[in-house]
Amino acid sequence: MSKLVELAKVLRSKNAGPLYLTLDIMFDEQQAYERVKNSGALSKKLISRLYHTGEENISIIDYPAARSIKITMPRKVISGSIGDTDIYGAQQHAPLLDVEIE
Amino acid sequence: MKILALNGILGYGYPVKSLENGLKLAPDLIGVDAGSTDPGPYYLGKGKSFTSRAAVKRDIELVLPEALIRGIPFIIGTAGGSGGEPHLKWNREIIEEIAREKGLHFKLALIHSEIGKEYLKGKLKEGKIRPMGPNLNIEEKDIEESVRIVGQMGTQPFINALTLGAEVILAGRSSDAAIFAALPLKEGYNPGLTWHAAKIMECGAMCCVPGTTADSIMAHLEKDYFLLQPLNIKRRCTPTSVAAHTLYEQPDPYYLYESEGMADLSQSKYEQYDDSIVRVSGSSFVPAEKPTIKIEGVVKAGYRTISIAGMRDPIMINEIEEITKAVSKHVKEVFINRISAADYQLLFRLYGKDGVEGENEPCARKAHELGVIIEAVAKTQEMADDVCAVARSTMLHYPYEGRKATAGNLAFPYSPSDIPMGISYKFSIYHLVEPEDPGELFPVEIINI
Repeated sequence: MSKLVELAKVLRSKNAGPLYLTLDIMFDEQQAYERVKNSGALSKKLISRLYHTGEENISIIDYPAARSIKITMPRKVISGSIGDTDIYGAQQHAPLLDVEIE
Repeated sequence: MKILALNGILGYGYPVKSLENGLKLAPDLIGVDAGSTDPGPYYLGKGKSFTSRAAVKRDIELVLPEALIRGIPFIIGTAGGSGGEPHLKWNREIIEEIAREKGLHFKLALIHSEIGKEYLKGKLKEGKIRPMGPNLNIEEKDIEESVRIVGQMGTQPFINALTLGAEVILAGRSSDAAIFAALPLKEGYNPGLTWHAAKIMECGAMCCVPGTTADSIMAHLEKDYFLLQPLNIKRRCTPTSVAAHTLYEQPDPYYLYESEGMADLSQSKYEQYDDSIVRVSGSSFVPAEKPTIKIEGVVKAGYRTISIAGMRDPIMINEIEEITKAVSKHVKEVFINRISAADYQLLFRLYGKDGVEGENEPCARKAHELGVIIEAVAKTQEMADDVCAVARSTMLHYPYEGRKATAGNLAFPYSPSDIPMGISYKFSIYHLVEPEDPGELFPVEIINI
């Protein structure tokens, strides 16, 4: 078992506009990318649990051209609204760091 | 056609050498994105720039004389960081100051982008305003209460300004890519390739390795492909670095939605052209049946006062959840019949616990030291000050269970401990509107400097 953060070259979050959060997991080796994809670990079910949002809100897109997986979901709190913890949405990747990959 | 992007945001800086290298290649257009909604709603609401005046002036004054001598149009989009009227005015004054100092004379086009409330109310009634996400709805009152509303212009207003002979264009709120796509589209270049190149370049040298928004990039647009060329010898573009950039800040790397339609990147190919240049082909464009304009609006969201403090006592840290609940309850009781609980919000941001991730924080441990921001948001500054003050003093002296450090619970770094932050704003509108004619919303004003 490995942790996702050990396998990924880039593991980041950012706003995609003020209403959405997008997470990118990028690999610099094809083998690591395939391993994570094939493990099925990054499912809507997992993301729904980690980010406390409905599965119907989540999009997970494979992007082989950059050996990447992109996960997008609506922000619970719109950027800059009262109670927002992260205006840019740039530090919301923590829940993904220790995801176990076979 | 050669297009030079100065950097990712006007005011972030770029090496003079990169500009020199770019100018040697004789670009047909120099462009720069000057703004973003990333820094949140405050700047649009307040009419201020999130970029520094000195830095913006520096970025403009290095390139403006060079562009004018060479007859290269220079386009700045989303002036002043947010593209509203005050932002446009602020950025215009900087340009006029540079022109005076350097004895420059040229035709400047200003493109306005604030949208009228009556117009939008009409569009709302016609059912011509669509949401951009599930968590923000629009009603007439949202339009009425908005402090400022801007529309993101597409390429048409830029094309209009270029046709009028503008040498420098200072535009209000713009689609980041439209800044760079306008001239190529005017000249008949392939829209798929044009929009794709424009979308990459608007972030400056972020598509390079090492990537940064504080450096320039050059795009060479051809009939069936485009090249991306770094202008700094320490950077390279690789197929992966360029492809990867399409992921940045986008919900979907395959489809880019613009006012005029959708760029389809699903068949795009990225190839190493030479050691540092990448060749991109295969991008296509699907025009929209009806062009849409993205509109952004903000409302006032209350006055804010904060107090920042540290905690080191482990017994307190262990009970912090109960403590903050008790403090909130006490504040409510203190103000009963004086300030309604409905008129304010009291938040405790706990760094070292879950200040960043909130409910998504996977780590159950708390650190040996916590930072707290006590935050009051209320209808007036005075009310926010009062609520914050009571919360702060209550938390400082709260006699929690098992307490041994009975002289004070909080370590304040400052006197005064409480910091009024002034008015806050929130996004009230982030929607798409269907105009009759996308150009109608963005009047072009020509000024002879």
